[in-house]
Amino acid sequence: MADTVEFELVSPERLLLSVPVEMVVVPGSEGDFGVLPGHAPMISTVRPGVISIWRDGVVDRRVFVAGGVAEVQPERCTVLAEDAVPLEDADEADADRRVAEAGEALERAADEGAAREARKRLAAAEALRTAIASTRA
Amino acid sequence: MPSLKDLRTRINSVKSTQKITSAMKMVAAAKLRRAQEQAEAARPYAERMERMLGSVAASLGGSEGAPRLLAGTGKDDVHLLVVATSDRGLCGGFNSSIVREARRSIRELTAAGKTVRILCVGRKGRSQLVRDYGSLIVDTIDDVGRPRLGFDDAQAIANRLLALYDEDGFDTCTVVYNRFRSVITQIVTVQQLIPFGPPEGGDEEAEADSGGAKAVYEFEPEEGEILETLLPLNLSVQVYRALLENAASEQGARMAAMDNATRNAGDMIDRLTLDYNRSRQAAITSELIEIISGAEAV
Repeated sequence: MADTVEFELVSPERLLLSVPVEMVVVPGSEGDFGVLPGHAPMISTVRPGVISIWRDGVVDRRVFVAGGVAEVQPERCTVLAEDAVPLEDADEADADRRVAEAGEALERAADEGAAREARKRLAAAEALRTAIASTRA
Repeated sequence: MPSLKDLRTRINSVKSTQKITSAMKMVAAAKLRRAQEQAEAARPYAERMERMLGSVAASLGGSEGAPRLLAGTGKDDVHLLVVATSDRGLCGGFNSSIVREARRSIRELTAAGKTVRILCVGRKGRSQLVRDYGSLIVDTIDDVGRPRLGFDDAQAIANRLLALYDEDGFDTCTVVYNRFRSVITQIVTVQQLIPFGPPEGGDEEAEADSGGAKAVYEFEPEEGEILETLLPLNLSVQVYRALLENAASEQGARMAAMDNATRNAGDMIDRLTLDYNRSRQAAITSELIEIISGAEAV
């Protein structure tokens, strides 16, 4: 059996990442789960949070996703992300701006649908800010 | 017979038109390449989404409590037609072919006794439909994807559709757009968005691909809950794909149209130049005859 699992991170606009990894930890909506080679097939929703990619026993990369869905197969793990930001590229100012924008959108929201959408955005933006803060600390 | 000066002005004006059309052609070519790349880049997501949705839906297996987006409202009375066109003209038959197809569907549906409502995406579709079917148009969404078409734009439209669906604004939703085949061929496509039908064509292929491994997925949370997230997302993806295909088709159609126009302008210039030289020579000849006959008379 191969000792790596093929990890794919896809956003609606493009294929962001397609690499073999040792392990990947995905923030599922029912709790984080790690995917190692030979994982049982699973489909899970993803909450806003950080995906950690493990290689050679250490976290190699960390990518923030704003929710989505993950599909796990024994030799493959695919995450369909609504929005994804590699944590090394993200900065606090950007996260703050997103939080502010989402907050404004929530205030402006005319109907229930828009408000729900804005709350979702706000939650995602706040999760991004927390994620950045935790890497800096 | 137009005078020499008239001809000269005509030639100059056609020349400037030709410059414009050939510039537009080049711009369209550059934009087409970008649109194609974007459509290409969006494909992996749509493919995986389709696969995932297929396995979730198969596992749920038409049981009770399937979300409304999948099962429909149980009625088939009100049809919402999303007519996706461009905001700008000068792109050959691009918009007219979409509108023609839309008109056909509207006639068919009204003949079958259904109520039709229209949502126009893009200014051109609205301006062509507003005269005959103005009362059916629910709304128009303009300036989609400017300066650049993003997933957000598609999501905004999808959210509109969902809101309308939730308040029972329609039972079935179809989108009319142009699928990009090549620069010279765009295929008018009518695709049902709600309730979500199985992907047209390649269905058996997809099933053969994933083999029998379909039913063994674990779901976290329940299938039903995953579908709740997946279906609206899939709607956005389908809208996004339609918009991308449309954008590529628009630029392709414009490129072909402008290529034609440039060539036509060239032909016209040749013809006008011939006329111009002929009348110039005729003028010289008649002047010469006048001088000679004048000299002879002396």
